[in-house]
Amino acid sequence: MLHWPLYITFLGLLLLLLLPSRAGAGAARIVALAVSLAGLLVGLMAALRFDPHAGMVTLVNAQWIQWPAFRFHLAADGITVVMVLLTGIAAVAGVLFSWNIEHRTREYFAFYLTLIGAVYGVFLSVDLFLLFVFYELAIVPKYFLIALWGSTRKTYGAMKLALYSFVGSAMVLIALLATYVMSGITAPSTNASAGAIASFNLLDLARHSFPHDFQLWAFPLMFVGFAILGGLWPFHSWAPTGHVAAPTAASMLLAGVIMKLGAYGALRVAMTLFPAGLIHWQMPLAWLAVIGIVYGALAALVQNDFKFVIGYSSVSHMGFVMLGLMTLTTVGLHGAILQMFSHGIIAGLLFGVVGRMVYDRAHTRELDALEGLKLARALPFAAFTFVVAGAASMGLPGFSGFVAELQVIIGAWKAFPAMTLVVGAGIIIGVAYTWRALHKAFFSDHNSSPPHHDALPPITWPEKAGAILLMLCTLAVGLYPRILLDWIIPALDSPLFAGLQKVIGP
Amino acid sequence: MNEVDFIGVFKVLLPEAVLTITALLVLMLDFTAGQDHPLANRMRMAGFMTALGCVAAVGVIWGFPPVAVSNVPLIEINAHIQHYKIALLIITLAVALLAIETDFTTHVGEYFALLLFATIGFLLLVSANNLLLLFIALELASLSLYLLTALDKQRPQSAEAGLKYFLFGGMAAACLLFGLSIFYGVSGHFYSADVGQHLPRGPLPVDPLMAVAMVLVLGGFAFKIAVVPFHLWAPDAYQGAPAPSAAVVASGSKVASFIALFGLVFAAMGPLGGNAHWSQFAAGWKPLLALMAALSMVWGNLAALIQNNVRRLLAYSAIAHSGYAVLAILTQQQAALAYYVITYSLAIVGAFGVIAIVERASGGAELAHFNGLARRSPLLAGALMIFLLSLAGIPPLAGFFGKFYIFLEALRDGPTRAGQPTMGLLYMVVLAIVMSTVSLYYYLQVLKRTHTTEPDKNAAPLPLTLGTWVTALLAAAVILLGCFPDWLLKWFR
Amino acid sequence: MDHWLNLTVLTFTPLVGALAVLTAGGGCARRARRLAMTVSLATLFECLMLWNRFDPMQGGLQWVERHAWIPSLGVNYFVGADGLSMLMLLLTTLVTPAAILAARSIQDKAALYFGLMLLLETGLLGAFTAMNFFHWFLFWELTLIPAFFLIKLWGGPQRAPAAMQFFVYTMVGSVTLLLAMLAIFRATGQFDFPELARLGRSGELYALVAMHLPTGNIPVPAVMLLLFGGVFLAFAIKTPILPFHTWLPAAYAEAPTSTTMLLTGVMSKLGVYGLLRLALPIFPNEVRSLSGLLLGLAVATVVISACTAFVQRDLKRLLGYSSINHLGYCVLGMVAAANATAQDAAHQAAALNGVLLQMFNHGITAATLFAAVGWLEQRSEGRRAVDDFGGLRRVAPVYAGLTGIAWFASLGLPGLNGFVGEFLVFKGVFGLAPWAAAASALGLLVTAVVILTVMQRVFHGPLNPAWEGLTDMTPAERLVFVPAAALMLLLGIWPVPVINLVNETILRLAAHLQI
Repeated sequence: MLHWPLYITFLGLLLLLLLPSRAGAGAARIVALAVSLAGLLVGLMAALRFDPHAGMVTLVNAQWIQWPAFRFHLAADGITVVMVLLTGIAAVAGVLFSWNIEHRTREYFAFYLTLIGAVYGVFLSVDLFLLFVFYELAIVPKYFLIALWGSTRKTYGAMKLALYSFVGSAMVLIALLATYVMSGITAPSTNASAGAIASFNLLDLARHSFPHDFQLWAFPLMFVGFAILGGLWPFHSWAPTGHVAAPTAASMLLAGVIMKLGAYGALRVAMTLFPAGLIHWQMPLAWLAVIGIVYGALAALVQNDFKFVIGYSSVSHMGFVMLGLMTLTTVGLHGAILQMFSHGIIAGLLFGVVGRMVYDRAHTRELDALEGLKLARALPFAAFTFVVAGAASMGLPGFSGFVAELQVIIGAWKAFPAMTLVVGAGIIIGVAYTWRALHKAFFSDHNSSPPHHDALPPITWPEKAGAILLMLCTLAVGLYPRILLDWIIPALDSPLFAGLQKVIGP
Repeated sequence: MNEVDFIGVFKVLLPEAVLTITALLVLMLDFTAGQDHPLANRMRMAGFMTALGCVAAVGVIWGFPPVAVSNVPLIEINAHIQHYKIALLIITLAVALLAIETDFTTHVGEYFALLLFATIGFLLLVSANNLLLLFIALELASLSLYLLTALDKQRPQSAEAGLKYFLFGGMAAACLLFGLSIFYGVSGHFYSADVGQHLPRGPLPVDPLMAVAMVLVLGGFAFKIAVVPFHLWAPDAYQGAPAPSAAVVASGSKVASFIALFGLVFAAMGPLGGNAHWSQFAAGWKPLLALMAALSMVWGNLAALIQNNVRRLLAYSAIAHSGYAVLAILTQQQAALAYYVITYSLAIVGAFGVIAIVERASGGAELAHFNGLARRSPLLAGALMIFLLSLAGIPPLAGFFGKFYIFLEALRDGPTRAGQPTMGLLYMVVLAIVMSTVSLYYYLQVLKRTHTTEPDKNAAPLPLTLGTWVTALLAAAVILLGCFPDWLLKWFR
Repeated sequence: MDHWLNLTVLTFTPLVGALAVLTAGGGCARRARRLAMTVSLATLFECLMLWNRFDPMQGGLQWVERHAWIPSLGVNYFVGADGLSMLMLLLTTLVTPAAILAARSIQDKAALYFGLMLLLETGLLGAFTAMNFFHWFLFWELTLIPAFFLIKLWGGPQRAPAAMQFFVYTMVGSVTLLLAMLAIFRATGQFDFPELARLGRSGELYALVAMHLPTGNIPVPAVMLLLFGGVFLAFAIKTPILPFHTWLPAAYAEAPTSTTMLLTGVMSKLGVYGLLRLALPIFPNEVRSLSGLLLGLAVATVVISACTAFVQRDLKRLLGYSSINHLGYCVLGMVAAANATAQDAAHQAAALNGVLLQMFNHGITAATLFAAVGWLEQRSEGRRAVDDFGGLRRVAPVYAGLTGIAWFASLGLPGLNGFVGEFLVFKGVFGLAPWAAAASALGLLVTAVVILTVMQRVFHGPLNPAWEGLTDMTPAERLVFVPAAALMLLLGIWPVPVINLVNETILRLAAHLQI
């Protein structure tokens, strides 16, 4: 049942495309909201019935292409459940925050639903070809969402984002093809030797041990290919540009969910298939992650555009995910996955405030200009939401980010003690830039500009609903992380990760 | 028995006969009854007749499966070849339907007849298993195509394109003939399989005479499929020719030529293959093809980046796509090659269909003429998006699977060492993927124009016409074949 | 156990009250204030009930609640109260109502103000009772946000940089604390304070760190010192100890008076509490090896802050520096006590008793003094420089009398509560680290001079003509100061209840720290 959101989303897309043009923007919005809500609720119900200790549970395994032997194979374990829930929540929040789109609304939500569907597909696929199909499918809607409804330098930002993503997936493609060939797969017509793989299935491939020399180049190619989408430094520069250029809901999805696709792929595919290569490349990649954390934070500190602050903070937070993955400790991996969920929610909140609540009303994102607007008085709900979002982003306890970063740091202490101090510096810089943005945008006492004569329109109910949904999620996970950890922890013990388990410690 | 079974030959050539009759009928009808009617009606009549003829030919192929043809010389028939013929006929059908709404010429009958003659040439080309028929079919197709290219008398570019095509093509045909004659001379046979078996094996790895012949033959074919460095005619031809002609040049001609080349190199020049694997290079046609493929991929994609005219952009992308298809030849997997070129043809025919409509409405095929196409005709813009993204290799479209399959087979090609595949063609695959990534940029440039740029103020919405429906059908085919490639692949295994 | 009242209820009562105030108290400042007052008094009442049932003979934790929270991380919902915690709970629940009473002048967004104050109270109550690091850290950080906003939104003209400095500075300490404790967790797998204390005392911590933390070439004692440094830094910033005190004067001066009451009365005790609960028990050896440095810092804190107070013109800043000075004695006593051997048990007990008493008494006294300055500010429309006033004894004798008690208590006059704590600290420290004690006595002297000077300038001398029309304390205002003064007198003469409360806990702690 966990895979139904995938079907629901694509059916909803079809429905949306078939709507008559007389129906107008309102109908498109309602369809999109209904579809994303349905996806979330179904995902939630399926999650509650999911047995965390069952390992990888196959949901659908249908014949697709006979040769090369690709199957339409969807499966889920605890990690999948967490990611599907994140997608559902982000989708609903994104639709709510896009309620005010008037220009070509139907096409907007069509691209939006395609993107959501592709994301569901990546998380649910276990056949690597199918996973790659969904992974690439996500690229084109992103381009159009930014190029059509974006703001600052939208054409450039859209193209940069699309090309970077495509380069990343090209690297993954090369590695995937090589993996498939190296696994010794033979056509079903010829006599298959014992031990030959029958499909491009992740579970089967994970059991196969690849030669060491092959892993040494295949692993970094695949990992970096995925990690480009995850915002790994120094391949991260598409992220701030793209997020700033994108419309609010697209930024929320991009930073909240799409970047997680990269990290998920890195974990699910690269790390699972090539443990020997992983050990070899652990230190350089860990350093890149730590540099990303600090660089992102420093860059956020000096930005003058509010949205750029959030964009760079995404790079910084994703650095935590990468670092958690590279610690090769159980607790670090838990932290990385939890951080994926947590940052997805928090990024949604941050972009929702900056993009929808502030920019759509004040029509400026320059912090210096916002200083004179006294937004704390004009938009108290926005101020409150940003305080909550900023606290969560800083890693304050009680919010989901704290538990995730905690686990990553514990893992880092085991693997790279020296780096942990650098990470601590990164956290402090994080506090600084969050405070700076908060102060300048909302609570500044600057009186230089003349008072804003037109009252800013109040916060609408869809925005409130979306913000409250996200805030409750981050609070719930922060106060009682077990609701997610109970899925994540048993998942890493499943036989799928047997190869990985050999190289990671407690 | 040395008697030629002419009844058998006729039975085997029934589809081609149907097409010939159709062509003659079209010509006759147009010359007699058609002269008094307006152009649009004549086009419709001729176009539908052509379409009907193609359908009839398909029906013939399906309905009358080939019988044992041991006494039929020169023409090879098997299930695969029948399927190729069906594919070629469907392509011609689409082109004919798309040509109905164009208005570039008053020589309606001639045009469609030439189209049919070219198709006959293609059909013969795929069933040629000997050097003679190969050349004849090639020339039949080429001559028809030269004329098709030059038939737009309102524009000097068309004549220029036709002339370039003809001159270049003539040279290439001469080289090809010379090379083929050398092969005949040294082997004493002209059936491809026999040629391959009877090639002399000299003391040197590659006999100099064989090398010359090989280069000549490959050069001739390379012209037809437009790979570097024999590609110079392509951009002008694609730009100057009327849209349906360009579509045929880009689609049917390619399919037929590639299939013929595949058969030729593995049958007639089999022993001369050499080796194109990294660190195992050995002289032969394989490294030659690999070199041409690599150069095409690089040059085609890079040159397309700077184009402002959509037709030229598609021409350079066609050069690049020929490069990928040549890589498919190197894998020796005919199914991969077939899938790739057929789905490529569908996409390119569709793209030219859209271009034809846009040119008619906006007067040109520069990028600026495509502004805001999504507002003017969502169906057309959506179809164009499908075609271009398929060319770029975005899943779940056919172009993606085609490339994936080729790359997969390329990596599997070659010996295994200590149980592990050597992946000798990895360098080609990497180059192909990198260049494919580059290509997304220029396709998105076109799509940016159609979808995000606002249309010009005096641009009117485009009505739904037959051409629109044909492109929509082609787009649907591209999507379906991409999602369920087995539907096409099973015909060619 | 079957009684409904336990520490969780106590901790979350103000939170519930905060939500009530934020939703129901909007619009009218008086209504919000009354609602907040009711809640804080209810909390005080609950705390008194708990005190009543507290068994002082048992030195360990009482009212323990322990539930698994995140088992995979060793995080438990673990609360308990021993004498030290109980003392702090009493202090918090006493000062909060007083602070709310003193917030009469807050009119703008009053509901938000009182909601934040109650939220702060919850954070403080939680921090004093949490016994698992994750749980404790949550409440420690929870106190930061309300404090930040209280300063930022209702503070004085320089409130923005003051609030920023306060927040960022404290966060730096929090981060180092977090990193150090996570390293400890990495080594031991434990987050529970009692368990960690046991490991620290027995030396197992050292062995575990050596085994589990891959520190390469750095020797383990250095690693332990680094970890201790991280932990110590957080509390050094919070207490504060020189030279990490620079955030305090601005924060205290710019914050609205009632907020400062809470800040100085209770929040600063968080730092001392943290040292007593975390730093000292887990790292006794490190404290000993660094005791020279730490004693020096304590002495510097005591003396330099007193001298700096002397040159302040702004009464609030003066009191801020005086707060630093008073808490310096606590640090002095703690560090000296860590150096004790079994023979010095009496001195050690005295020092530690003094530390706890000083914490409590200073809380009361400082809160009262800030309330007094706030009263002046209110009457004089914002003036609070020493030289602004003069001869107030004549026009406001009640005020002069009541607050005079507080001033003298702060000075350490025998018979008032401030004396007891300081006396015990010095008694203990003289026996353990005589030179440090002697140097700190200078601080006593300077403080005396400062306070007497202030009193002379403000209360005595010729009447400043600006204040001729000054009205004396209204009965409502006396409601704040009379109980405070009474408490100060009572505790000064008869500190036995407080000492009884903490004695067993002190003995345990002393035994833990003995070499």
